[in-house]
Amino acid sequence: MATVLKIENLHKSFKLGFLLKKKEILRGISLSVEQGEVFGYLGPNGAGKTTTIKCILGLIFPEKGNIEIFGHPYLSPKAKEKTGFLPENPYFYDHLTASEFLDYYSQLFLMKKEAKEEKIKSLLRLVDLEDSADLQLRKFSRGMLQRIGMAQALLNDPSLVFLDEPLGGLDPLGRKEIRDIITRLKDEGKTVFLSSHILQDIEMICNRVAIIVNGEIINQGALHDLISEKILFTEVILSGVNEKELKELGECLSGHGDRTLLKVFKEENVEKALQLAQSSKGKVHSLIPRTETLEDLFVGIVKQR
Amino acid sequence: MKIKAIAFNTFKEAIRDRILYLLLFFAAVCIISSRLLALLTVGDKVKIIKDVGLSSLSLFGALMAILMGTGLVFKEIDKKTIYTIISKPIHRYQFLLGKFFGLVLTLFIMLLLMSFIFLALVFFHTFTIEWEMLIAILFIFFELCLITSVALLFSCFSTPILSSIFSLAFYLIGHTAWGIETLIKKIPPGVGKTLAQFLYHFLPDLENFNFKTEIVQHLDIPSDVYLYSILYGIFYTLFVLIIAVLIFRKRDFI
Repeated sequence: MATVLKIENLHKSFKLGFLLKKKEILRGISLSVEQGEVFGYLGPNGAGKTTTIKCILGLIFPEKGNIEIFGHPYLSPKAKEKTGFLPENPYFYDHLTASEFLDYYSQLFLMKKEAKEEKIKSLLRLVDLEDSADLQLRKFSRGMLQRIGMAQALLNDPSLVFLDEPLGGLDPLGRKEIRDIITRLKDEGKTVFLSSHILQDIEMICNRVAIIVNGEIINQGALHDLISEKILFTEVILSGVNEKELKELGECLSGHGDRTLLKVFKEENVEKALQLAQSSKGKVHSLIPRTETLEDLFVGIVKQR
Repeated sequence: MKIKAIAFNTFKEAIRDRILYLLLFFAAVCIISSRLLALLTVGDKVKIIKDVGLSSLSLFGALMAILMGTGLVFKEIDKKTIYTIISKPIHRYQFLLGKFFGLVLTLFIMLLLMSFIFLALVFFHTFTIEWEMLIAILFIFFELCLITSVALLFSCFSTPILSSIFSLAFYLIGHTAWGIETLIKKIPPGVGKTLAQFLYHFLPDLENFNFKTEIVQHLDIPSDVYLYSILYGIFYTLFVLIIAVLIFRKRDFI
């Protein structure tokens, strides 16, 4: 697979406060993104995710390092023609209607009139805003703004799309809609660079991830390589069983009515718990083996630092 | 084409700004109240109406340029709308020039509206349309272009309040620079004179665009004076825009 984005040894610092004290935000970031993958860029707040994206898109200038997009220098128009960008908490020209807004941005790509009109219609359909085409952006909800932001990021049919916290602040339905669009982009063979700290979503849609903490990449690779498939513990929900006997098999976490949630760490104890339920004429409501999640990995790494 | 797109968007945004209409209202009040002033003053009433009217055009045009120009770039950075623009295949200078021409277009329309009110008022007194007034108005427009470029320059690195103060200072200094010229003639040679000479050449002289008195008094103005003023306006505006571009292209949008 071809490399679409290559970052080498990226450094950036800002001068802050009255005394202009220098604060290092990025400390030698290096990563590469391959064609057609959804690349998750994870990190706690203030880790340097947005700063990295801003450097790639030429919004801020790195002090050191090299960035290439499709083999072109990152600031060249050729690189920018192939990329799309949805910023975090997007705010657009609220005096424009949705279609006026997309029309304005399409002019920046020098799109021809017919192609432009067709593209705007199809994008409004894609983000489910056809009915709001003539509504001013000031009247848009948070989710609608995120979707129109997604539409502007896709105006030039980009091969590489940067999404900075696209799922932040959205309700579950809004999150699902954005996730569906990302999955669709992936199916179309586009590359998505997704920055987020909503780990469940990243786990659901990303092929590879990089974890950034304090301006350094701590871990990167394919999700299945990073996360162990070994069973960490098993969660068993039972009822009609004496809790005292269960405590010998594992950790009793919570009770809801007569139900008990038991966290069992040894595999042989799972069998014993089931036998106990059977002998006490109790009931097993669920039994879920838990493997390591991205959240476990992430929390582990952040705590270590 | 890209500059045009940004200019038209800037224009659309600017004409929705309430400040613009507030200033337009006060400009209209000032122009119309010149008739009242004319009644209270001894002398040629029409000349007073013309004097006050043209001065109102200049002052309110400058206020529009300053109050709107100083927020042009700052607002884009503050509201982060600039993120999605600069990430598109567009050069930063194109963005800045688009903003400049957008506001210049807005000011042009506003100046047209104010001029219409002014010329109509003059017409009610003289029953002739005094086209030569348009020469004075054209130079007011050149002055407004220069002030817009200055406001845009400050807007590239400062907040709207500070930028407005700086731009207003530029406007006031620009209209009092002739005082330094008088000072140069009066003080003896030395450090003071050299300093005054330096300041005189460095500071703008916006009186180069002031033909109000000459036009109102029907005085002859040699064509080379017009030419000098036009070239002065174009080159000074270009100079300020180049500095603005140089600052803007190095700026981080945090």
